[in-house]
Amino acid sequence: MDISFSAEHEAFRQEVRDYITGALPPELARKAEADAEFEHAEVMSWHRILAQKGWAAPHWPKQHGGPGWDAARRFIFSEEIELSGAPRLSPFGLAMVGPLIIQFGSDYQKQRFLPKILAGEEVWCQGYSEPNAGSDLASLQLRAEDRGDHFLLNGQKTWTTYAQYADFIFVLARTNGEAKKKQEGISFILCDMSSEGLTVKPFLTTGGTHAFCETWFENVKVPKEHLVGELNQGWTMAKALLGHERTLVAGIGISSRALLRAKRIARDTMSDGRRLLDDPVIRQEIAALELRLESLKMANFRAIAGAQLGHAPGPESSILKLRGTEIQQACFDLCMKLMGMNSLTWFNEPGTVPDREHWVPSAFNYMRAATIYAGSNEIQKNIIAKLILGLPSA
Amino acid sequence: MDFELSEDQRLLVDSVQSFVKKDSPIERMRRLRDHEVGWEKSTWKQMAELGWLGVLFPESVGGSQLSFVEVGLIIEQLGTTLVPEPITALVTAGVPLWKLGNAEQHERYLSPALGGDTSLALAYLERDGRFDARQIATRAEKTASGYRLSGSKRWVQNGHAADHLVVSARTSGGPGDSDGVSLFLLDAGQPGLRRTTVKQMDGKKSAMLELEGVEVGAERLLGEPGAALPALELALDYGAAATCTEGAGVMQTVLMMTRNYLTERRQFGVPIGSFQALQHRAVDMFVETELAKSTAILAMLDVEAEDAAVRQRSISIAKAQLAESGGFVVRQGTQLHGGIGVTDEHDVGLYFKRMHVLSTLFGDAHFHTRRFASLPSFTRNVA
Repeated sequence: MDISFSAEHEAFRQEVRDYITGALPPELARKAEADAEFEHAEVMSWHRILAQKGWAAPHWPKQHGGPGWDAARRFIFSEEIELSGAPRLSPFGLAMVGPLIIQFGSDYQKQRFLPKILAGEEVWCQGYSEPNAGSDLASLQLRAEDRGDHFLLNGQKTWTTYAQYADFIFVLARTNGEAKKKQEGISFILCDMSSEGLTVKPFLTTGGTHAFCETWFENVKVPKEHLVGELNQGWTMAKALLGHERTLVAGIGISSRALLRAKRIARDTMSDGRRLLDDPVIRQEIAALELRLESLKMANFRAIAGAQLGHAPGPESSILKLRGTEIQQACFDLCMKLMGMNSLTWFNEPGTVPDREHWVPSAFNYMRAATIYAGSNEIQKNIIAKLILGLPSA
Repeated sequence: MDFELSEDQRLLVDSVQSFVKKDSPIERMRRLRDHEVGWEKSTWKQMAELGWLGVLFPESVGGSQLSFVEVGLIIEQLGTTLVPEPITALVTAGVPLWKLGNAEQHERYLSPALGGDTSLALAYLERDGRFDARQIATRAEKTASGYRLSGSKRWVQNGHAADHLVVSARTSGGPGDSDGVSLFLLDAGQPGLRRTTVKQMDGKKSAMLELEGVEVGAERLLGEPGAALPALELALDYGAAATCTEGAGVMQTVLMMTRNYLTERRQFGVPIGSFQALQHRAVDMFVETELAKSTAILAMLDVEAEDAAVRQRSISIAKAQLAESGGFVVRQGTQLHGGIGVTDEHDVGLYFKRMHVLSTLFGDAHFHTRRFASLPSFTRNVA
């Protein structure tokens, strides 16, 4: 057994770190240093910089423009990007539909979509949930009728994150209402966001920003060649999509960055004539959270080592989303606590609170979504109870 | 990075598993709770013959010097049925004896223990020291032929049964000082050494020691006078790593025991494991078990790190996680068993008690969280 990354992997970490320092444009670097939020345009500009380097899609096979890294390098890259505070790239094309098209898409789909996803020229969003199909996703009702050379889509999707910026949406649609099991009548379809009959309305989130949206389909035409996989095999596609990059869902770098921010806030905040960081009660509390994070990191390392050997994800990987998102939230809870009265701030003029603290209340609010999206943590627990512990169904 | 067991390690785990199943199921531990020593010499000898007692130590003293990973794997499996033989006491007393001792001391004290003919104990805790190895008031005064030791030691694991004890005492300085800590080898029957056997919640026994002017020759000192603290702290980290691996075995056992109970126990006409509230609790137990298993691996590997700060950081992570995760798992395991889990006849209570002891030995969560926060790594990129 060996717990450390190899010398080559450590050298790779340094290479990534140096690259980010050199390549991140000054304005973005300034925002990263202050832990500020990035505009969509800034995210995309960083995407294009990484794409030039060939690093936008770490987990894509080489033949489709990926760098050909192993699981450990992909983890290191993801961790370093997150730790740097640089913008995080939109996952919907790069991490979700891209790998699915690579796995199941037609030659046409590969040629039409992959290069533009990679280059950051086309932006994607995800059309899974509906107002009456959340955790019970298989109950979805967006209809896709077969009209010969095209599908006709009618219905509504919700929580379509960043749909307001998207050029394409991938949807799960009902193509057979008569199927014995509701999972068997669903197809995976790619749809142009500029199609006639498609409208988008962003929600204002509790974080004070617009992230997720509602998207309506009214007689939206989609060409047949935009069906991924077989007709009525959409549920299989959806499950395959979730299987990609399971080792990165813990967000170790996100939490590490947030914890560093907490420590820096504690360093820069005075209380009782000393730095908050030197208050033993506060220090113990920060340390307790860091210990939890370090433990999760070890579980993540086990999952990566397994992936390196080509093993299917083991029991340890199923806990990553669950604990990872809880710890992400706890990091922002801690930042808020450390900020004291400054934690009341809400989008004030620069200088009202230190730059580092400006976005914390927004992130603290929006972070609540982490335990809800990508399969709520309660759904994750249902899955573990059934598949790993083998507990009886209700 | 590699978390796979080697072929030899897998075989080792298999052999310990078959031992606990055949020779030391949980009923054995239950029986030995009422025994005045709490473990058996014949089993200790059997474990030596299986080669388990020497895995950490060099061949020159009768060991096979593999690594702590092998020790940890053995102790983890022994934890599944709470095997009571004093293997962790052997590790904690044996490490400073190995690191600081000379060939004669090795031959006289370490080799017989690795052969299963004697057992050892490390006496380091004092009344006002809590978990801190530097808080030593016991004094070792220089005499014409050696030293005279006076003071008291508490909660010495296996101290009631050990043939030889490694005892910390001050040759200079005062409580809290890093310098001046020395380690001495005492025989169980040493004149002036009074041992009182005390019972622990987990069914084991340990000892309170009174050293009333114990006279020893200079050949009983381990290493240079006053310079034993690093080896003592190393030994305690080995002990902590051992508790982490034993704890992983305990947690896995309680998790599976609880899972089985949820599947078999029926109420309202269905297995209670079909209720979502209980399923989610069981999943939380599973998550905590996986986290603690992960950090137990960290402890097993890094306890042998050359850099003491790296070692201390990893051990503290693992030990704090053990206390948090282990405490959660045994508490919820008991809760999900309902009333039967609070009876002495059910096994879950045995694991509950052992987990409390494991969480406390060699520093509790508070001690290790504080140590973690005092290391330079805690304020890297901050201060």
